[in-house]
Amino acid sequence: MPDGAPKVLDVRNLNTVFRTRTGEVHAVNRVSFDLEKGELLGVVGESGSGKSVTMMSLIRLIPSPPAEIRSGQVLFDGMDLLEVDDDTLRDIRGARIGFVFQDPMTSLNPVFTVGFQLREPLMRHMGMNRREADRRAAELLELVGIPDAARRLRDYPHQFSGGMRQRVMIAIALACDPEVLIADEPTTALDVTIQAQILELVRELRQKLGMAIIWITHDLGVIAGIADRVMVMYGGQVVEEAPVRALFKEPRHPYTRALLETIPHVRGKRAERLEVIEGQPPILGAAPTACPFRDRCAAAVEICGRENPALREVGARHRVACHLSDTGAGSGAAPEPEGAHV
Amino acid sequence: MFDLTTKARTLIRVRGLKMYFPIHAGIFRRHVGDVKAVDDVSFDIYEGETLGLVGESGCGKSTCGRAILRLYDITAGSIQIDGQEIGDLPQAKLRSLRPAMQMVFQDPQASLNPRLTVEGIIGEPLLEHTSMSRAERKARVHELMDAVGLNRSFSDRYPHEFSGGQRQRIGIARALALNPKFIVCDEPIAALDVSIQAQVVNLLEDLQKKFGLTYLFISHDLSMVRHIADRVAVMYLGKVVELAPEEALYSDPLHPYTRALLSAVPEPDPDLTIEDRIILKGDVPSPANPPAGCNFCTRCPAVMDICKREDPEFREVLPGRFVACHRYNEPDENENETAA
Repeated sequence: MPDGAPKVLDVRNLNTVFRTRTGEVHAVNRVSFDLEKGELLGVVGESGSGKSVTMMSLIRLIPSPPAEIRSGQVLFDGMDLLEVDDDTLRDIRGARIGFVFQDPMTSLNPVFTVGFQLREPLMRHMGMNRREADRRAAELLELVGIPDAARRLRDYPHQFSGGMRQRVMIAIALACDPEVLIADEPTTALDVTIQAQILELVRELRQKLGMAIIWITHDLGVIAGIADRVMVMYGGQVVEEAPVRALFKEPRHPYTRALLETIPHVRGKRAERLEVIEGQPPILGAAPTACPFRDRCAAAVEICGRENPALREVGARHRVACHLSDTGAGSGAAPEPEGAHV
Repeated sequence: MFDLTTKARTLIRVRGLKMYFPIHAGIFRRHVGDVKAVDDVSFDIYEGETLGLVGESGCGKSTCGRAILRLYDITAGSIQIDGQEIGDLPQAKLRSLRPAMQMVFQDPQASLNPRLTVEGIIGEPLLEHTSMSRAERKARVHELMDAVGLNRSFSDRYPHEFSGGQRQRIGIARALALNPKFIVCDEPIAALDVSIQAQVVNLLEDLQKKFGLTYLFISHDLSMVRHIADRVAVMYLGKVVELAPEEALYSDPLHPYTRALLSAVPEPDPDLTIEDRIILKGDVPSPANPPAGCNFCTRCPAVMDICKREDPEFREVLPGRFVACHRYNEPDENENETAA
């Protein structure tokens, strides 16, 4: 990725809170990041880490109530998406910012044909008439590798397999040639051989179309294969952000390191025993005043319970939120680069 | 770790297992066909080992696990547990054998009764199958909670008060209650977060050592199966296509499907480029209407004419290595293949 490419999205200090009967849940805390033109930003985290809520917040697709975006700025093409009126936002969603969700069955409407659902954004956002939209819809299905595209426009979502449905979702998201594509666990519901097909397709499409992509996943293997840059989330905040190679080869946050050590591999040496991160992820009842990872962190010291560390620069485009990041403490425990790969 | 060099005793012997689910259609609900979820599967599980059973969704791996425990009335085949044939036993007679064979389910939320406390859940098998007094049951429940790493003081709590990983521990404690020999673990970690998965897998390994358990570990996660299993069976569309010791299967897969499956697993290493990554075309055919010949012939990158006509036999091609593929049927071709 060329350094200093223009930013297409700039998120600053985003905070999202859910109001529930039993109190508030602070799902997203002080999240700031940017997205450069044409890059693929991987967002990694476990369930409840705030990765999906962050992305849904920034285009205000989050149901409110119970959610409330407390503060922040989302700059896109000179506008703050958190401030713009609903009409402007509607023109942006689905046209300039596209989405792909995890489960293609629940995000496609079962009572309309795939053709109808593909034409909808084209007619709504691009002002095409029915015939133009039809032609473009067939092109799109062909682009995502669905055979016999023109005929399949008349089929309903249930007539497609899981992998084909996810291709349809991608085609809909790409319909209006978006500048940004947000994909939320797009391959998680798919089998591994179908996932490989979709990853291959995304690699191809990026070369052809050149949009910026935010790819949310819990699968570090998928991230290693497609991302340019990675952002690791834990307890509603960004704990580490780095170019993909630096993240996997020189992880600086204890959580990132532990996560990389805990996953077994299908190639290379087999571990006798899996490394474990003891304990549970936190439940965020209040805005965090301490490091969210401190209870599970092997390197935690006194200050970690007192102060929530801010993200700071530790290398080229490498940011870490850890009190120990500049002292280099615990860095002796950094995992050896995987050697014996076959 | 299980030692394959010593002559292992066979605990579970499965031969020609078939589990078909009938399809009925029309106003008379006529029997028009079958979903062949498990279609002629044979393998052994040795005492004290973990046999991994992998495959993609719909390949029949869960049905196979349930059928072995006779949670279904099977269509055909023989299942022996510790020498006793249970394939054709009526459900009433199976009851007395249930304590020896237990199951851990995928979804710890759905498999735990929300109205029972942890003590009630773990104690239920004891209530059903033993004549323990209340105090004895309580003591046993506490013992089991210790074994799976749950705090005893939580025994009065309900499942919803626990996290996913803890719920799975409750399910494991329940499976252990009657001192089983054999446990079918059906995707026990699929619903858990990455950092919790390792905790549960380590627990299963510890319990296996401590109690001498035999596992059938069903999963779609090839890297986790590699870690936990001694031998691995790969299923595709109702059939076992390959079965081999873990190391051999992962370092030198024989069946074209196993190769494609392994090469599709993304590795968490950005420097690793897999040069000969095999991307399979198309989708898995329907098990109600499998193709003629080999089930994999519609997607196989190495398909031959014979594959479209004849179903390959599942046979031992190298010591301990079984594969169902026509490419391994000529002995001299065999040599080239393993070298490739």
